[in-house]
Amino acid sequence: MELDILQHYWWILICILGGALVFLLFVQGGQSLLYTLGKSKEERDLIVNVIGNKWEYTFTTLVVFGGAFFASFPLFYATSFGGAYVVWMLILFCFVLQAVSYEYRNKKNNFLRTRTYEIFLMINGFAAPFLLGAAVATFFTGSPFRLGEMHEVEWMTPWRGLDALFVFTNYFLAFAVLFLSRTLAALYFILMVDHREIQMRSRRQVWYNAIPFVVFFLLFLGFILAGKGYAINPDGSIELVPYKYFYNLLEMPVNTILLVIGVVAVLYGILRTLMSPQWQKGIWFSGSGTVLTVISLLVIAGFNHTAFYPSSTDLDSSLTIYNASSSLYTLKAMAWVSLIVPFVIAYIWYVWRSMTKKAVNPEALQQEDHTY
Amino acid sequence: MLFELNSASLIEWSRWQFAMTAIYHYMFVPLTLGLSFLLAVMETMWVRTGKEEWLHATKFWMKLFGINFAIGIATGLILEFQFGSNWSNYSWFVGDIFGAPLAIEGLFAFFLEATFFAVMFFGWNKVSRRFHLTATWLVFVGANISALWILVANAWMQNPVGMEFNPLTARNEMDDFWAVLFSPTAMNKFFHTVTSAYTLSACFVIGVSSWFILKKRHLEFARKSILLASVFGFLSILLTIFTGDTSARDVTRTQPMKLAAMEGLNRGQEGAALTIIGFPVKDAALPSGRMRSVEYGIAVPKVLSFLGYHDFNAFIPGIEDIVNGYTSHDGKVYPSIPQRMANGRLAIEALKTYKTALEKNNGLLAQEALETLRENYPDFGYGYLSSPDEAIPPVVPVFYSFRIMVGLGLLFVLLFVVSWWYAKKRKFHKFRIIPYLAIACVPLAYVASQCGWIVAEVGRQPWVVQDLMPTNVAITRIASGWVITTFWMFALLFTLLLIAELSIMFSQIRKGVKE
Ligand code: HDD
Ligand code: HEM
Ligand code: HEM
Repeated sequence: MELDILQHYWWILICILGGALVFLLFVQGGQSLLYTLGKSKEERDLIVNVIGNKWEYTFTTLVVFGGAFFASFPLFYATSFGGAYVVWMLILFCFVLQAVSYEYRNKKNNFLRTRTYEIFLMINGFAAPFLLGAAVATFFTGSPFRLGEMHEVEWMTPWRGLDALFVFTNYFLAFAVLFLSRTLAALYFILMVDHREIQMRSRRQVWYNAIPFVVFFLLFLGFILAGKGYAINPDGSIELVPYKYFYNLLEMPVNTILLVIGVVAVLYGILRTLMSPQWQKGIWFSGSGTVLTVISLLVIAGFNHTAFYPSSTDLDSSLTIYNASSSLYTLKAMAWVSLIVPFVIAYIWYVWRSMTKKAVNPEALQQEDHTY
Repeated sequence: MLFELNSASLIEWSRWQFAMTAIYHYMFVPLTLGLSFLLAVMETMWVRTGKEEWLHATKFWMKLFGINFAIGIATGLILEFQFGSNWSNYSWFVGDIFGAPLAIEGLFAFFLEATFFAVMFFGWNKVSRRFHLTATWLVFVGANISALWILVANAWMQNPVGMEFNPLTARNEMDDFWAVLFSPTAMNKFFHTVTSAYTLSACFVIGVSSWFILKKRHLEFARKSILLASVFGFLSILLTIFTGDTSARDVTRTQPMKLAAMEGLNRGQEGAALTIIGFPVKDAALPSGRMRSVEYGIAVPKVLSFLGYHDFNAFIPGIEDIVNGYTSHDGKVYPSIPQRMANGRLAIEALKTYKTALEKNNGLLAQEALETLRENYPDFGYGYLSSPDEAIPPVVPVFYSFRIMVGLGLLFVLLFVVSWWYAKKRKFHKFRIIPYLAIACVPLAYVASQCGWIVAEVGRQPWVVQDLMPTNVAITRIASGWVITTFWMFALLFTLLLIAELSIMFSQIRKGVKE
């Protein structure tokens, strides 16, 4: 019983981290818009610096996402990272590109030249949301693996995760996340960049990216809800059940309400920005809506007797929050540790507020002591 | 070949990939750990005294800090995920214990660091002085806490404690968090590693400042930096040596084979001598091709016994004793390696029997198997070795690395003393050998640090988890071509980034301090 509660508790924490991560991908979205919005060196400097003091949050959230998964559901960590090796390696690779590019981009004698670092940022900006979206989509669509006697993972294709790209439903979420991150970035710039042209271009980008985002997102949702899902039978075996995810919506109404609030908030932020040219607060609504939406989607993937990391080739190897979790002792110890999370959020919030008081313009940037 | 399962090459490449990433990561980490402290001290001086020169000094070193930091983060990310991607069997086998420190590190330390890092760099005009100073201190605290947790994780692999094997899930499960955190191995590792990182940072600051002295630029700034860094470095190196000694004592107890390899000691002795230098060479007369005999060695009698047990006559086992079985100085009986291999096989068999017995509802058999398993579990990993030879780590790199590390440690004591004296007495025009020595010590400090890790990590081979899991069963089964591809991908990228980093670092130093 206690174990059961802790497994659910930890899955919720994972969902929250996932939600935060997707929201923070606006940094990536901004990178992918670097040349679309910044037509001159000066404008690009402005853009890079506006998202520049936020990139560490995204990065660290990714690290914590991995660490928390390892501690709470180690079997997922072993199965997914070891199994879908290539996809994760590509994701990591493009984050390495990002990690140095801000700091090195404008430095003298930076060996690879400013342009290269900007290309690195663009690669990360496009590839990270796309690949992360595809990887998360496999939580619903499944992956081709089998677990051995000692729980060692055996991947059934030589593509080691690239197989996610052979399932077209996965593309819907991949593109949805990509366009969402760009939409959020545009909304963020509208609030934080004090520069007329970039503002105007950002507003236009909200149009260009929000529409495909909504289309892809609805397609993904539609396919998931109308398709089969991986249900856990009382004896622990896994079965493909039609409309499983749709039933999850019906059977977990609180979560469904969260989902609706989330989606409405995202759309409200976007629509109101598009309607009223003076309004700048879209990111607040769309951002928090994103967090809620992702949380509730991941809840649908893992709760209500659903396998969160299903195997499409060997159903019974699918990972569930029950069979993949840490022991009771570790989950409990980690639950104590998780009590510091509110403090972490509080100081992040405090610092964010004190660092992000005013929109940034080129003159202000000139005064800065340290720039990217 | 790309899509062929070739496990020998798979193991090699997985190891090289991990080692390469770890080595790159550790090129950047120690400076982060130590320089953040010096930054915080300098900024405190500025807030206290209001002297602009401290502010300029803080900002100068902070620039270098930032350049170094970025690439440390990039390499760390890869390391973290590699446990899952390349060592997935390991990740399940011990994830219940190992995952926790990793998660705590991320949750707490990295967020602390990442959050206040932004204030430290961008907050000069946005937040109050006090708040900024607090942020700088918190970056130091965050970085060092992250070192704590990762080293706890590493120490646990060297000396697994606070856990029990669960045959139902076929993994080790934590049953005592505090034992994991406060294991003597973890404490030694943490204090030795961070103090050695402070030593390295002090060498770095003194080296860069000495370059200014040679160029006759920023003499006052350089002098102040040297004075501060040499005091800090002197204290750090004393602690490094002290904790290095306690680490060696810990190794003597928990990993006798590593100690024997460090010393190239083949046959155990009471009152064992410490070899200062010597050359481990192949010797056909020895019972194993992996053993080496130390030629032209200069040794101090009895000192090794003293270091290990604080008793000049204590018995220190050599490689042969460990292979053949022995009784340690504190009275523990260690069976021979062939015996332990047999025990390990029994344990592995028992685990299988236990599972099938459960499936067939044969309670009695299950109970029996469980007892056999528990009894032989301490030797579980030996069951996977195919010959006793495999239990012997590569002697040569461990032997030399240890000597290089310790030798350089003694050199640094001298460095800190003379550079302090030099700066204090303003001997800028005389004794120009001293700044040259100081500059040379910068790369040497990095060498010492890497050698330390070679001792620790190569010395514990073949174990990923001491006695429980050998490296070759820890890996993910994957076509080695993928690992080779990613190895070169990252090796190339890291090398490019390293060149960029050095080039930016040098030009930043050349630019000098704002005065
Ligand atoms: C500036 C770097 C530096 C210096 C001068 C020293 N060390 Fe060190 N040493 C390290 C940097 C380091 C390290 C990189 O921090 C290691 C690697 C793993 C670890 O725990 O710390 C290490 C490991 C390490 C180990 C292996 C621990 C293990 O396997 O768990 C021993 C026995 C020593 N050291 C002993 C010494 C002694 C007796 C020194 C006396 C001068 C010394 N070290 C100086
Ligand atoms: C950052 C400093 C570190 C360095 C420079 C380093 C270095 C190395 C090296 C050279 C090896 C290869 C040994 C061999 O293959 O013979 C190795 C192996 C390994 N290390 Fe470390 N290590 C570091 C830290 C850590 C930490 C903190 C952990 C765990 C938390 C760790 C876990 C491992 C593992 C799992 C292996 C096994 C793979 C193998 O045998 O190659 N290392 N390390
Ligand atoms: C194999 C083991 C290791 C893993 C998995 C690992 C993981 C990581 C990760 C993921 C980061 C980036 C965090 C961020 O987003 O800010 C990082 C940075 C860092 N790591 Fe490691 N690390 C390892 C070894 C070590 C060791 C041995 C130390 C210290 C003794 C260390 C100290 C640090 C520090 C101080 C940082 C801060 C960033 C920097 O220096 O640039 N790590 N590490």
